[in-house]
Amino acid sequence: MAGVAVSTTINGDAVEYLCQPDETLLEVLRDRLGLTGAKEGCGTGDCGACSVIVDGRLVCSCLVLGAEAEGREVETIEGMAHGDQLHPLQQKFLEHAALQCGICTPGFLIAAKDLLAKNPSPTEEEIRFGLAGNLCRCTGYDKIVRAVQDAANVMKGA
Amino acid sequence: MNFDPRFSGRKFASVGTRPIRPDGIDKVTGRARYGADFNMAGQLVGRILRSPHAHAVIKKIDTSKAEKLAGVKAVITAKDLPDLTDGDAAMYDILDNSMARKKALYDGHAVAAVAAIDARTAREALKLIEVDYEVLPHVTDVDEAAQHHAPLINDQVFTEGLEEKPAKPSNITKRTQFGHGDVHAGFAQADFIVERSFKTEQTHQGYIEPHACVASVNPDGTADLWVCTQGHFVYRQHCAQLLGLEASKLRVTSSEIGGGFGGKTHVWAEPVALALSRKAGRPVKLVMTRDEVFRASGPTSATSIDVKIGAKKDGTITAAEATLRYSCGPYAGSWAEIGAMTAFACYKLENVKTVGYEVLVNRPKTAAYRAPSAPMAAFAVESVVDELAKELGMDAVDFRIKNAAQEGTRSSYGPVYGPIGIGPTLEAVKNHPHMKAPLKANQGRGMACGFWFNFGGQTCTDLNIGMDGTVSLAVGTVDVGGSRASLSLVAAEELGIDYSQVKAVVADTSSLGYNDMTDGSRGTFSSSMATISAARNAIKILRERAAQTWDIPVEDVVWEKGHAIAKGEKYGNLSPLSLKDIAAASGKTGGPIAGHSELVADGAGVSFATHICDVEVDPETGSTRVIRYTVVQDAGKAVHPTYVEGQYQGGAAQGIGWALNEEYIYGKDGRLQNPGFLDYRIPVCSDLPMIDTQILEIPNPNHPYGVRGVGETSIVPPLAAIANAVSNAVGVRMTHIPMSPPRILAALEAEREG
Ligand code: FES
Ligand code: FES
Repeated sequence: MAGVAVSTTINGDAVEYLCQPDETLLEVLRDRLGLTGAKEGCGTGDCGACSVIVDGRLVCSCLVLGAEAEGREVETIEGMAHGDQLHPLQQKFLEHAALQCGICTPGFLIAAKDLLAKNPSPTEEEIRFGLAGNLCRCTGYDKIVRAVQDAANVMKGA
Repeated sequence: MNFDPRFSGRKFASVGTRPIRPDGIDKVTGRARYGADFNMAGQLVGRILRSPHAHAVIKKIDTSKAEKLAGVKAVITAKDLPDLTDGDAAMYDILDNSMARKKALYDGHAVAAVAAIDARTAREALKLIEVDYEVLPHVTDVDEAAQHHAPLINDQVFTEGLEEKPAKPSNITKRTQFGHGDVHAGFAQADFIVERSFKTEQTHQGYIEPHACVASVNPDGTADLWVCTQGHFVYRQHCAQLLGLEASKLRVTSSEIGGGFGGKTHVWAEPVALALSRKAGRPVKLVMTRDEVFRASGPTSATSIDVKIGAKKDGTITAAEATLRYSCGPYAGSWAEIGAMTAFACYKLENVKTVGYEVLVNRPKTAAYRAPSAPMAAFAVESVVDELAKELGMDAVDFRIKNAAQEGTRSSYGPVYGPIGIGPTLEAVKNHPHMKAPLKANQGRGMACGFWFNFGGQTCTDLNIGMDGTVSLAVGTVDVGGSRASLSLVAAEELGIDYSQVKAVVADTSSLGYNDMTDGSRGTFSSSMATISAARNAIKILRERAAQTWDIPVEDVVWEKGHAIAKGEKYGNLSPLSLKDIAAASGKTGGPIAGHSELVADGAGVSFATHICDVEVDPETGSTRVIRYTVVQDAGKAVHPTYVEGQYQGGAAQGIGWALNEEYIYGKDGRLQNPGFLDYRIPVCSDLPMIDTQILEIPNPNHPYGVRGVGETSIVPPLAAIANAVSNAVGVRMTHIPMSPPRILAALEAEREG
């Protein structure tokens, strides 16, 4: 199969790659670009571990084709911190121990970032429904919800 | 080793605080490397061909077309994994499960595998492998499989544990029995007896990270395996034995692990990856798809359990009896045995008898899932306990308090208990505001108790003190939920230094002595014991170096708050030497300073929990929501309380999923109908409330800090607590888990029809 040439922006940097027409964005990120922060938990859009933001929209990168990133802006977990400055969500996830195994964490952080961008003061219920596309099997979500609430407060104050 | 593991009741400086975990930053920035995040030069992609049949003879496999496909570097079948198990039946089962030898025993059983230059080619190659099956009758239901006329899964199986060897083979591999006293006499004394039968369906641990590994076998017999596992030392042993490698030449590195809960205590595809690499002469990465994880890793048992309990009018239980049938998949296991041991462990009983039957079925091999086998037994027993309390007109908590096991009680499975937490958790629940909160229409409250043994086991730890006074702690138990943080706290505590001076890592199999699996809630219990022992050994050296520096007898040097102190008036002018001072001088005082420890961590204290749950049931749809949940559990000593809470909450959430939704659904054809997260639905954020926790600390006398394991008990009570809550909400006793909407509606319907 002939490869597709793609020019895109990932975490603010111009990136070019060749990918197969049927290759997912998740495969491109992980296997071609070495951005393994996005995880494959299912490959079918059911777990959210592969969450990334494309042109301001939260997507499962396992359901997006690599070729579809052409001309777009992709944000991944690797771009969330600014240098050595963690994003408030990252900091609050650490402080609240909102991760145990941590495999779901990149997806949750990206989804939470998207949620707070759209709704800076979510209620507990809005957080729970806003993050319902992400599976976590370790935490029971309690500490994740609290970390997001705390981060929302910090970000409003900032 | 002169290590004294007894509890000493010291005051803690670090233990019990809640610092940020050392591996945290990597995990929030995406840098942490899990099973699938590792690559090697020249690596191929491995894929496995799996049987679509629940039970079939493999007559012939033709791999020739696949081998000819461009980009395919190796194709293997069972022939490439010759039987080296030498009569070891358990190892033979592991071998047969990783690649079917004569028969495919379940939908998803591996029959062949390929390694190719990329995933596309590998998938293509699988389609070119031709397998000639002779399909056999199958059985997937645990009760059907236990019948005499059921299709036989293995005609070499004759039930063990019977007085006489049976004449015919059957699917029941083993019968086990526990208890004491005379249950017949006990039931004769009872004023009330409740007897019921229960079923629970098979569930999966549901870890979000699929099994993944990179295997690299070199022509000189050395090999590397990078893998997500709960026990890299055990994986090394099993893989080395199955592949005919020398254990010391196979280095196994445990990646960060994206959840295991017992499911990553067994090798699955790892021997296949190694065999592919050996044949191809290149590294092979093998990652399971979610579909494969469901079909071909190790879910729990499905069970069928009968329970009978009798009590006097005053609420004293006079006898308790249970018969437990647990599915094992197609290979022998001891799952019903564990269920039979745990079933009545919460209670003080004069007459108790439990009998377990291990049943083979055409489903994937059963594996451990967090306090394996205990939740189903607790569901059945705690449901009957609740019902009996009602018959007696007693409060459910008071009835349990009256019959709770205590220190000195002979447990239903044999041993006599030391100090235990069942009574205190019940008292805490009795006084908890949750128990008094008002309920609305269609809501119900339930509570239930749970028990887990906790394990200790073989453990080895190294503690190295750097010249700058920082400490590296190398442990061999995999960190499944924050144990590097708790073990760093323990090292800091023992050495009397700050948490930030300690960095814990999980060492690979070539860098440290053997460690058992991280299972049985043993990670923090056993590795903290080994860490304390290693730290004490290091302190001995630190004192010697100080004594040498001061030129005084070592007996006169004590270790306090991170400093060597010369004890006695005569040394008044010697100012204390800090760990940092001694470390800085170590090059001149005798070289590096380290403490090592190899031990068998005995005396893991048993663990008890009591949970309270409120549910709301929609009588129209049968759909149930958990609206409030409280966990009360004894931790012995909570080393890092936040992660202890996390274990309580996580177990409760898994239990909620199991109780209400999760189940393996098999079609008539013996195929799994729901091998994906869409149809096998685990709880999502919007399904759950906050999960309140209360940590009790009843010190374990066999650990210097009083620590007990905390990881597993939290999944034991939820099935029962929720079933009791639902039964209280709708007025019908629920006897089949999961209590999915159709099952609740059917129960309501049956009740209406009387
Ligand atoms: S991997 Fe994309 S949603 Fe699960
Ligand atoms: S922390 Fe393990 S899946 Fe969320």
